[in-house]
Amino acid sequence: MKSPPIAVIRRTSRIWQRNWTVYRQTWKISFVPPLLEPLFYLLAFGVGLSALVGEVSYRGEALSYVAFIAPALVAINIMNNAFFENTYASFVRMYYQKTFDAILATPLSLTEIILGEIVWGATKSVIGTAIMLVVISAFGLIAYPHGLLLLPVALLGGLAFGAIAMLFTSVVPNIETFNLPVFLFVTPMFLFSGTFFPVDTLPVWFRSLALFLPLTHLVRLTRDLAYGRLDLSLLWAVGYLLLFCAIVTPLAIGRMRRRLIR
Amino acid sequence: MEEVIVAENLVKTFGSFRAVDGISFRVRRGECFGILGPNGAGKTSTIRMLYGFSPKDGGRLDVFGRDIEREPRQIKSRIGVCQQENTLDPDLTVQQNLEVFARYFDIPRAQARQRAEQLLHFIGLEPRRQAKIPTLSGGMLRRLMLARALINNPEILILDEPTTGLDPQSRHQVWLRLEELKSLGMSILLTTHYMDEAARLCDRLLILDQGRILVEGAPLDLIRQHVGREVIEIATPEEELRRFVRDQQLPHEDLGHRLIVYGGDGEGLYHRLTTDYCRQGCTLRMATLEDVFLRLTGRELRE
Ligand SMILES: Nc1ncnc2c1ncn2[C@@H]1O[C@H](COP(=O)(O)OP(=O)(O)OP(=O)(O)O)[C@@H](O)[C@H]1O
Ligand SMILES: [Mg+2]
Repeated sequence: MKSPPIAVIRRTSRIWQRNWTVYRQTWKISFVPPLLEPLFYLLAFGVGLSALVGEVSYRGEALSYVAFIAPALVAINIMNNAFFENTYASFVRMYYQKTFDAILATPLSLTEIILGEIVWGATKSVIGTAIMLVVISAFGLIAYPHGLLLLPVALLGGLAFGAIAMLFTSVVPNIETFNLPVFLFVTPMFLFSGTFFPVDTLPVWFRSLALFLPLTHLVRLTRDLAYGRLDLSLLWAVGYLLLFCAIVTPLAIGRMRRRLIR
Repeated sequence: MEEVIVAENLVKTFGSFRAVDGISFRVRRGECFGILGPNGAGKTSTIRMLYGFSPKDGGRLDVFGRDIEREPRQIKSRIGVCQQENTLDPDLTVQQNLEVFARYFDIPRAQARQRAEQLLHFIGLEPRRQAKIPTLSGGMLRRLMLARALINNPEILILDEPTTGLDPQSRHQVWLRLEELKSLGMSILLTTHYMDEAARLCDRLLILDQGRILVEGAPLDLIRQHVGREVIEIATPEEELRRFVRDQQLPHEDLGHRLIVYGGDGEGLYHRLTTDYCRQGCTLRMATLEDVFLRLTGRELRE
């Protein structure tokens, strides 16, 4: 039985609203990490390391090391917010709190629950990005108005990382198992996606590997937008992330159905 | 009489195991219908199919005359479910649990608030409206589960062991609430392990064992049919008495240290037994649903 898309969106938003209601009660705590994290990183890597590193050449432009890593920190924050929300936090709701089981007795479907969770994870990415933008802009490291495009990019990146996180959530036997995707997926991306050094400095085979990682494309977007460069080649990165969402989201929903519906 | 639930040859399998093995029953509008059975009988599996959580593996299942798998949304919006385990949202307060759940049914905010208020009053949890879920007692949790199941003003209320783990006071509280709902015309389907609960609340019930229906009917009819009016229990019976019971071909159950004699003509037999065979340890009591249950499902542990 098909529902009109508007009805699906409305019901999906119910899940989002539930999480928003909970978030509002703890927002003061949730605000702290995205506020402090970039400060720590900028201090440690920017001030500490830049003395050693000096300037970085990025797509034919010489940049200070701080300017180089600041947009990457935004991308990492987008990844982390959605990824950790839709792994650990979603798992707690699904497995320990039986929140999904309760909701499945209402007119909401499993698809809507999972979509709502992913959109919520992406929302946390957007909130985190907005806070970071304020901090980083204070250092004069974001070019406006292009920099504002980082917000929709955060949504897109959040959806991609939320979807893959949800896929992991649908298959892990217990919460400890998330260590695996964190160390095999998140950490390598954190290090090798052109975050702290340009991808071009890697050996060729490694560089093509890096091109498969979603964070590489997200970093490309945040960096170019932060510098105010808007060209058509960015569409490749957007296309990659859209395709990633389009493939992974149905997979996550399918696996979740197999897990929860007995 | 309109039938709100029609199940025919309903099957649920887990791999090759048939948890629900072809059961048929009908629930009429306004009645309270019970599903009884030992642990693992298939009660929860049946209920999960009823509210559209589990897909069935065979048979027919209509709720409000519609196929639950074809029109899950319309049907789910008209039923309320109180699951066996507590699935309250621990991130929210008591009142928020009701109001957030109301959103899932698209109940407008003002109406949801009002409804939550009524229900908090109904279950006596008004003073705890701001409490977090983990601070509630077992009885409060169960009552809140009941209130949450009622948030959409359902036509059918489905309850999976609503009073398990509650003290007598809390159980009576829940019974009173359920009787009140029934008097308002709500159809109720419940599972329970408490025979007194089933006898008190249910108009009709069925006993399920290993996925199959053993009997179905009104509690009193079932007692009359399968046990009789009265039961005589004899503690530490002597061999002489055992022989008498066997010779007279009285329906009975010999548990070793205890002998239970069913049916008979009650008083007369009791008189004879007490004067001729046992001076003490012999009691005559009314037959109960528990006798029916134990006679039909046996006394061995399940699972
Ligand atoms: N998801 C599942 N996978 C495999 N077997 C299952 C699953 N759910 C239930 N079962 C099995 O199906 C049978 C019926 O279980 P069900 O939960 O319906 O019993 P029940 O009558 O509700 O028992 P209880 O009184 O203990 O709640 C049991 O043997 C149980 O182990
Ligand atoms: Mg059960």
